[in-house]
Amino acid sequence: MKSLIQKLTETFSPSGYENAIREVIRREVEPLADELRVDALGNLIARKGPSTGSGPAKGKKRLMLAAHMDEIGLIATHIDENGFVRFTGIGGIRPQALTGGRVRFVNGAAGVIGIERLSDPSKAPTLEQCFIDVGATSPKDCPVKVGDVCGFDRPFLDLGRRLVAKAMDDRIGCAVLIETLRALESTPHEVYFVFTTQEEVGLRGAHTAAFGVEPEIGLSVDVTGTGDTPKGSRMAVSLGKGPAIKVKDSGMLSDPRLVAWMCAGAEKARLPYQREVLEGGTTDAMAMQVSRAGVPAGCLSIPSRYIHSPSEMVDYEDVQNAVKLLTALVSKPIEW
Amino acid sequence: MPELIPFLKDLLSAPGLSIHEGPVAELIRTRWAPLVDEISLSRLGSLHARRKGSAAEPRPSILIATHMDAIGLMVTRIEDGFLHLAQVGGVDARVLPGQLVTVHGRQDLPGVVIQPSPRLLPPGFEENPVPLEHLLVDTGLLPRRVNELVRVGDLVSFAQPPLELAGETIAGHTLDNRASVAALTVCLETLQNRPHAWDVWAVATVAEEVGLIGAYTSTFQLRPTLVIVLDVTFAKGPGANEWNTFPLGKGPTLVMGANMHPALHKALKDLADKLEIPYAVEYAPTHSGTDASATQVTAEGIPSAVIGIPLRYMHTPVEVVAVKDIRRAGRLLAEFIAGLTPDFMDKITWDD
Amino acid sequence: MPAIGNAQLKLLERLSNACAVSGDEGEVRKIVLAEIEGRADEIKVDALGNVLAIKKGSERKRLRVMLSAHMDEVGFMLVADDGEGIFRFEVIGSIDPRQLPGKAVLVGRDHTPGVIGARPIHLTTADERKRAIPVDSLRIDLGPGGKAKPGDRATFATPFRRVGPSLLGKALDNRLGVATLIELLRNAPPNVDLLAAFTVQEEIGLRGAKVAAFALDPDLGIAVDATPAHDQPSWDGEPAPFYNTRLGLGPALYVADRATLSDPRLVRWLTDSAEAAGLPYQIRQPGGGGTDAGAIHRARAGVPAVSVSVPHRYPHTAASLARLDDWKNTLALLHTALTRLTPAVLAGER
Ligand SMILES: [Zn+2]
Ligand SMILES: [Zn+2]
Repeated sequence: MKSLIQKLTETFSPSGYENAIREVIRREVEPLADELRVDALGNLIARKGPSTGSGPAKGKKRLMLAAHMDEIGLIATHIDENGFVRFTGIGGIRPQALTGGRVRFVNGAAGVIGIERLSDPSKAPTLEQCFIDVGATSPKDCPVKVGDVCGFDRPFLDLGRRLVAKAMDDRIGCAVLIETLRALESTPHEVYFVFTTQEEVGLRGAHTAAFGVEPEIGLSVDVTGTGDTPKGSRMAVSLGKGPAIKVKDSGMLSDPRLVAWMCAGAEKARLPYQREVLEGGTTDAMAMQVSRAGVPAGCLSIPSRYIHSPSEMVDYEDVQNAVKLLTALVSKPIEW
Repeated sequence: MPELIPFLKDLLSAPGLSIHEGPVAELIRTRWAPLVDEISLSRLGSLHARRKGSAAEPRPSILIATHMDAIGLMVTRIEDGFLHLAQVGGVDARVLPGQLVTVHGRQDLPGVVIQPSPRLLPPGFEENPVPLEHLLVDTGLLPRRVNELVRVGDLVSFAQPPLELAGETIAGHTLDNRASVAALTVCLETLQNRPHAWDVWAVATVAEEVGLIGAYTSTFQLRPTLVIVLDVTFAKGPGANEWNTFPLGKGPTLVMGANMHPALHKALKDLADKLEIPYAVEYAPTHSGTDASATQVTAEGIPSAVIGIPLRYMHTPVEVVAVKDIRRAGRLLAEFIAGLTPDFMDKITWDD
Repeated sequence: MPAIGNAQLKLLERLSNACAVSGDEGEVRKIVLAEIEGRADEIKVDALGNVLAIKKGSERKRLRVMLSAHMDEVGFMLVADDGEGIFRFEVIGSIDPRQLPGKAVLVGRDHTPGVIGARPIHLTTADERKRAIPVDSLRIDLGPGGKAKPGDRATFATPFRRVGPSLLGKALDNRLGVATLIELLRNAPPNVDLLAAFTVQEEIGLRGAKVAAFALDPDLGIAVDATPAHDQPSWDGEPAPFYNTRLGLGPALYVADRATLSDPRLVRWLTDSAEAAGLPYQIRQPGGGGTDAGAIHRARAGVPAVSVSVPHRYPHTAASLARLDDWKNTLALLHTALTRLTPAVLAGER
């Protein structure tokens, strides 16, 4: 699974430009799924299990499992007369994580982020004070034009139990979905594994995918923060203590029936888990919950440090336990 | 007809924070069941109750939306037996210190929100309000017992019991918006003796306080012809006397603005004039701040109106409402429904 | 091929001078309905007041393309009567409060004239003059006995005019788009089904476009709007890297704003069309802002969408300014692109 995680995280696909990552994921899921489609916003939708045609049965549900395949990135807004590239963010960019960073454009061009001389160097720069140097000297020889997008360039790092990469948010969720699909021998449910687009700019892919899939239960798989780093934010989630079952984040309250189902499933399978209340951020579950006539929704989270930096860290056992839990949950009938 | 005030007090005492409305939904279902032809829960837990109208099929329908969820708190972390908190819905942390609460752990536990001594806080909190991140709940139990009974994500609701104040007013938490649920109940009771042509969907929505979720989803499912949202609005009182506040006990408000269909608003106004039910016109230039923001833009768009019940001290545990206004809102609604002719929609146009 | 001549300029003038604050778009709706009468197969006004007009093409394999132009403008609502013809008001849509003092306004359906005054400079302190005048201390004054009531909407009173190569008036955002869409509907090419949505309440949350897109259920959507041009000199004389768009460079094509990441297939189709027809265009700087496309692309199971805007200076103020040529080229680009629109444009994956 580590090589899959490496492959997924080293692909560049900022929100709205998910072609590259969609191809990587498609190659993984194509042999495993019963049906595969791509919708108008580019969501990759893989079905496993009997489709609606087989009629309703007790304990059988239509489930949507969503992991977003986009990542945060930058988009060029201006090429100045010396070939420097000004940009703005796609998704929640933290300027303090930019300085000295390297970027890779979807068209292959590479560059490094520089900042203007700051009048107060103790303060983080604003995005407007940053620029990308692609080695050009004028707009003419600049390989980037206004509207081109890039992601952060940072190789995957295997620390043994802990894994570090850019875009771990949410390629780790994609990896969990792919491995669950692989591990799932049979299911009574109609399960849609949805690799969503444009999550980082407002859950847009999940919004339209949920409308198209019309699930009865919606579950996102995404990263969540931790409270286990020096003088970091205080939160009752740690790396390595198991995947987290979300009760609440700043955009959504999980459906209590889903929380209970997931906690019971973990206890039955003797898998470690943590209950999560996240005070900043939200996931695709928020969009699924309010879709059509409403979808009971929840989220299985992978605890992650340094989210939205180019070096996001997860615990490999948490990841594997998430696959085990998800596989156990969707292989059995759901009785509520 | 069972008494209104005891029912309202039951409503206020029933737990039901956003997305966790089960207990209050059950209470409302019990009260509404004899008043309607069918009743069920939506997939998210909103209560859908239908009274069938007498017009020929396909019958137009009116949906009356009252949200039933309550604001409150949630346990984020447990430290030495003390509970750290997050808000569910919009809570002003300044009203929390000293507040009695119920912690819904593996069993319900009484607790109190405490404001730690300034010496235990970062500098600057000798006089300034202490934000939620530093407030704690003390249950009086020892840490070991707390860890057994309370988990991260458990709900915490206000424990302030409802009070009857002078002048037939009621004080308590969650009058926003259970006062409207009571008004809708009055409406359903009134309709027992009134024939009506249209179908009526009485809906108690979930999760208004965290994103109008019940309103979006129930409206999408039921696809009514019209929607009237019943919610509370700001009453004049200490600290609130601006243009967007309305006298307590002097009738409901009829809200006009971009979320509301002007013809529907006018029809309600004309009816209130005719029945001599006192009301005030409330202006909401852009956002009504109610479920109507959702119902209006559902599917192809649904003409919506809003009736407000003036309420003091909104989102505190001692909200105050006049029972008279609840009755008036319920009666206006019932009369409006009874007066809906099969061709009423011909009047809901954009006459420019 | 549609063109902009005197008749179109006259129409723009009427549209610009009409008052249609978000939630009360009746005056513009009336003009639109009159202008498109008999020009579409189906015309209706929906629950929110959108005008939806469908003009079917005649060729085979037509895409259903939704074009949306919002009819509403930013403005004010009177909310309390202070007596003596003086009213308290709230701002509708985003208007910089520093744009308000000392302006003439039109109030209500009858365009009753009024003013937003300010304290005489003599009575202010130097310190006070360094702070913006808060909106809640301003009033709309119609003069003693002035006829209006709370709930009435008001707009800036600037009359439309032409100045050299430019157009000057209020609400060019988005009467330029409305006028453009009227012309496109009148000259709809036969290879598409044109679904025109003249939308309401864009400035307060893309509400009209949301329900219009759900109802029309198109294959793709294009928001036709006006976008700011911040192409004035910067304070230090340095070239400014942030200008959004520039006047005179042609229609502005959106790649990304806060509400939408445009469908790259549609951006390519528009740039290819412009290049093939020798028409100018500019890429609007990616960044904030939002158009009806933000609601359209999220409709139902998703709709490929993009925005095309006429650049204009000083948006959401009493007097905005656009170039006639930019408007002409916007109309020309949209029309020529529509004539080239085939299912092949959307054949590949986004
Ligand atoms: Zn994520
Ligand atoms: Zn606009």
